[in-house]
Amino acid sequence: MMPARTPFIVRLGRSFDARSWQMAGLFAACALIAVPFMHLALPPDHPLHLSTYFITLTGKILCYAIVAVAMDLIWGYGGILSLGHGLFFALGGYAFGMYLMRQIGRDGSYQSDLPDFMVFLDWQELPWFWAGSDSFLWVALLVLVVPALIAFVFGYFAFRSRIKGVYFSIITQALTYAAMLLFFRNETGFGGNNGFTDFKRILGYPITAPETRVVLFALSALALIGTLLLARYLVTSKFGRVLTAIRDAESRVMFIGYHPLWYKLFVWTLSAMLCAIAGALYVPQVGIINPSEMSVANSIEIAIWVAVGGRGTLIGPVLGAFLVNLAKSWFTVSFPEYWLFFLGTLFIVATLYLPQGVVGLWLRLRRREPPPAAAATEAKGARA
Amino acid sequence: MNAVAVAHTPNPDHPDNPDWDSGTAELGHLLRPGQLDLSHKVILYLEDITVSFDGFRALDKLSLTIDAGELRCIIGPNGAGKTTMMDVITGKTRPDEGTVFFGQTIDLTRLGEPEIAHIGIGRKFQKPTIFENHTVFENLELAMKTDKRVWRSLCALLDPAAGDRIAETLQLIRLAAHADRLAGLLSHGQKQWLEIGMLLMQEPKLLLLDEPVAGMTDEETERTGELFLSLAGKHSLVVVEHDMAFVKQLGGKVSVLHEGSLLAEGSLEEVQADQRVIEVYLGR
Ligand SMILES: Nc1ncnc2c1ncn2[C@@H]1O[C@H](COP(=O)(O)OP(=O)(O)OP(=O)(O)O)[C@@H](O)[C@H]1O
Ligand SMILES: [Mg+2]
Repeated sequence: MMPARTPFIVRLGRSFDARSWQMAGLFAACALIAVPFMHLALPPDHPLHLSTYFITLTGKILCYAIVAVAMDLIWGYGGILSLGHGLFFALGGYAFGMYLMRQIGRDGSYQSDLPDFMVFLDWQELPWFWAGSDSFLWVALLVLVVPALIAFVFGYFAFRSRIKGVYFSIITQALTYAAMLLFFRNETGFGGNNGFTDFKRILGYPITAPETRVVLFALSALALIGTLLLARYLVTSKFGRVLTAIRDAESRVMFIGYHPLWYKLFVWTLSAMLCAIAGALYVPQVGIINPSEMSVANSIEIAIWVAVGGRGTLIGPVLGAFLVNLAKSWFTVSFPEYWLFFLGTLFIVATLYLPQGVVGLWLRLRRREPPPAAAATEAKGARA
Repeated sequence: MNAVAVAHTPNPDHPDNPDWDSGTAELGHLLRPGQLDLSHKVILYLEDITVSFDGFRALDKLSLTIDAGELRCIIGPNGAGKTTMMDVITGKTRPDEGTVFFGQTIDLTRLGEPEIAHIGIGRKFQKPTIFENHTVFENLELAMKTDKRVWRSLCALLDPAAGDRIAETLQLIRLAAHADRLAGLLSHGQKQWLEIGMLLMQEPKLLLLDEPVAGMTDEETERTGELFLSLAGKHSLVVVEHDMAFVKQLGGKVSVLHEGSLLAEGSLEEVQADQRVIEVYLGR
């Protein structure tokens, strides 16, 4: 029926302009070649040497940036503010953490086949849901499927009941909070409030080795590029136009024959899966996952990255994730007690004065520069 | 049309392509479930519809029938229940009592809004509702009759035929020069036209138009009237209006709604001469 015979790859290519492709290429070259070289090959006293601290911090923020883009798909384009996205990130992290726990083998403090916390609880064997957790492939599947399933079921009932706006935000908060309480319990089988830590290996390779770190860093960068490509394809497709139409005038969309439920559910589930992938990449890099990742504050922070960077743009959330987290890592060293005040102020300023975040600010400044000859393009610029 | 005529002899050139869309139905026919059956020349039946909001009856045993191809005007004072009636037909509001049938077979009270749109009922809202952050072209593209499931939208490409249809509609609603403008930047009258254009892109069999010329200039109003007259026959139209000059231009049968029920019906002259109608309008 549809003459959609242009190969997908060609259409993906067309969804970016030449400059964006160059930027993506440059970014990939940095992450895959320059950074590994500067970390591994240059001696530590070389001025261009990148420290382990740098690799871990940026690797971590790359994962956050994936979450920010996922959040932007649902919030910036779909108009649905989730304040529970930290849950999907944490679930991805926990799922992959199970594998990392099993990779410890008998090198734990109790020299048992079981993870230490289970020995401590006096458990004799693995609970049923740990079955297969020593297989990388099985766990990779869990990382994708479990958060997707939870998001799908939750989203189905929420969207079908036409729960919207602040009500939806509140129930997502309740969801992640309930999950956090569940994961705090030792009996749940995920290490209680200590969560998972003391990882030793990944696929047999030592997890703290510089080479492993660089590979994880590069994978995070690739995952971010992939997320951006996918997101760009979505928002420039007809699907994206329907999604923003639902955001702006949902009843109109229904009366021209679209089912908002399935559109919302698709982008919601996809967003959750992207968060889960980010979580799975994050855990081996930071070396720990515990229930505090599911705290409400964490999820709110995700929304702040997007608001600061600029929602409804794709590069904005990436910038936001970097700006806020770099500021955070500076604050928590210099003035730890002021970080939350700063974060709150930032959010208020962004909401009141920067509806499109730093990207919007930049566009506004750039538009002011050339003489007002380009008044006609103004309307288009506002949507970019 | 959706009924397969038993006596129908397929065109030998197109054995698989019988004439599905001829507007008339024949007597002996088979029916495919969920499809519009116009065998009694009636496209819409409302019977004893009652809708209450917290005890207040917005519609009170309203009954109304619309013939296939008809152009019907609905008038009535503010709060008479005209918009509520459209809400009931399009699935937005479930009636407390009564039945709504589209053709002979389709019970609209059982369907949701998107399904009702799919079987061929299009609606223009009282307050123009378009996608302000999309271009005029994109507004029409989104409204176009097509498979509207997620999967299709993910890989949909605009084919040339669709582009032509959009261009045609742009001409018809006189927005061709504004195709790439954001719809939010249009004038009020242009927004009304765009919404009418979106309706046409859906290729509905029944069009419900709630105060379509509000905010239009006299010239725009007249052109809208001409457009509606050209649509009647092939489509059925139900137009809610306060503008009597416009109702007169349309010239069809007029139904007067008052306090949620039908007060009078007939030509405009007839209802304007009706004592009860005069009271309702002057008594306010
Ligand atoms: N959702 C609702 N809740 C409560 N009351 C409602 C609701 N919708 C409509 N009403 C009431 O029902 C009555 C009929 O409203 P409706 O909008 O159908 O009138 P109308 O004939 O379209 O009027 P107008 O000419 O002003 O558009 C009004 O008194 C209105 O206040
Ligand atoms: Mg009304």
